[in-house]
Amino acid sequence: MSTPTAASAASHGAPSLRGSRQPLSDRVFRWALFISLTVGVVTLAVLIAYVTIKGWPRLNSTLWTNMPSIRRPERAGAQSAITGTLWVIGFTALFALPTGILAALHLEEFAKPNSRFQRLVEVNIQNLAAVPSIVYGILGLAFFARALALGQSVITASLTLSLLILPIVIISTREALRAVPRNIRDGSLALGATEWQTAYRQTLPAAIPGIATGVILALSRAIGEAAPLLLLGAVTFITFNPTGPLSGYTTLPIQIFNWTKDSREEFQILASATIVLLLVLLLAMNLAAILIRNRTQKRW
Amino acid sequence: MPDEPVALQLTHDLTTGRAQSVADEVNNVVFNLADLRVSYGSYQAIRQVSLTIAKNEITAFIGPSGCGKSTLLRSFNRMNDLIPGARVEGLLAYHGIDIYGPDVDPIEVRRRIGMVFQKPNVFPKSIYDNVAYGPRVNHIKANMDDLVEECLTKAALWDEVKDDLKKSAYALSGGQQQRLVIARCIAVRPEVILMDEPCASLDPIATAKIEDLMRQLALEYTIIIVTHNMQQAARVSDRTAFFTAELDEDGIRHGRLVEYGPTRQIFSAPQDKRTEDYISGRFG
Repeated sequence: MSTPTAASAASHGAPSLRGSRQPLSDRVFRWALFISLTVGVVTLAVLIAYVTIKGWPRLNSTLWTNMPSIRRPERAGAQSAITGTLWVIGFTALFALPTGILAALHLEEFAKPNSRFQRLVEVNIQNLAAVPSIVYGILGLAFFARALALGQSVITASLTLSLLILPIVIISTREALRAVPRNIRDGSLALGATEWQTAYRQTLPAAIPGIATGVILALSRAIGEAAPLLLLGAVTFITFNPTGPLSGYTTLPIQIFNWTKDSREEFQILASATIVLLLVLLLAMNLAAILIRNRTQKRW
Repeated sequence: MPDEPVALQLTHDLTTGRAQSVADEVNNVVFNLADLRVSYGSYQAIRQVSLTIAKNEITAFIGPSGCGKSTLLRSFNRMNDLIPGARVEGLLAYHGIDIYGPDVDPIEVRRRIGMVFQKPNVFPKSIYDNVAYGPRVNHIKANMDDLVEECLTKAALWDEVKDDLKKSAYALSGGQQQRLVIARCIAVRPEVILMDEPCASLDPIATAKIEDLMRQLALEYTIIIVTHNMQQAARVSDRTAFFTAELDEDGIRHGRLVEYGPTRQIFSAPQDKRTEDYISGRFG
């Protein structure tokens, strides 16, 4: 593009726009950032590649059609762990979601902001989210399994995991509610709606995509938990699918834990195959969370 | 707190006595304000406001930023109640009833006194559901389809959206959204519409449409509008109140009513030097 004006501007000694070379510190910093990023991504990739290669021989339908077996590792599967996981997570969702969402709704929409009580509750929820999961296992063992005599059942595991993810559900729901613009609430109240009508007909529906994202991430945390369930006594060898909330159970992380303890190579392979299954499940849930978030972004 | 007879007495005094001096004649008084003060915590945002608002008129509140005119407007339908620490003192009577009286339900106040906000705040719902929301939460028994059509027609939006009623309200332009908010507001059959800078985020064409609409609506409703746009106040309003922010003897900035009268008079023959300076663009 050499129009007459551009040429004449250049001949009049236009300032050079080429700039000086990028300083060394800039380049070093950019490399440091890139290397830090690589550590995380490479670790995940190596992990997935390792378990996939190792578990490959057993990554077939017998993994979910067959039950675990001690004597015949070549025919053992993880069906009871898969159904157990579904039962436990189903009940966990049933307990934790309504409680967590309603608690968040109260804190965000109805509680007096900055009152002492509110601040106390807030600090406690933050702290609960940081409590190690094994501590919830001890609580579940003492309270649900022993005191309420629920024993080593699906319901004990679900109640314990509900307590574990409750702070996460509350915190993410509050964030989703806070992201709903103030003027939506104002618009509703100005029409003569009550605060409760405003909360459940405007704020809550508008926040559902954000809540769904947080809830899925919380549930995927619960799916991956092994420590509290080990304490609750889920270690037992289970070759049946749960039949109800009071039935015995095992879950995928527990099954993986049991198999990796066994020195036989066949069980190591089986454990790797089950890890792939668990990872696929968790990544699928995270993907769902991301899709929900992307689809509903920029609504206001 | 004055009980009802006292409030009515006060109304009477204001309409016969004080109001006469403020304006030529104010018939059909909707609101009486006497020494109204609004504060946030210990900070008084606006002080000593006394005026009367007439039925089926458009009253404009003008003045520089920070003069408390929006704060005052939000007192009329108790929207300030929602701000922690906000307090309204003095008298704000609606047909002689103190709307801050002990027996008054703010929900009932907001049903009768609607509000349109600066930024069009349509709900994340369909156009139809936006209009139907108010009647639904207020349990208004009506044929909803007819009511939606009636309100959208009154808001001069029906012809543009009648085939897209199920579409999201976010699909509309800013000007259309603001008219949808007006339709939503009149769907609960209010008597008064408060408008807080309704055209601040709109282009001149959309603004002109809203202004035409306001003149139409004034036949049926009483309108109070806060505006930064003096030409807008001059074009649409019947009466204008000019507010300013001043320092008191302790050096605390607060809002104050300077002058209130027929718009024609405020813009052509202002009584107060501060009004004149503001109108002629010498400050603000």
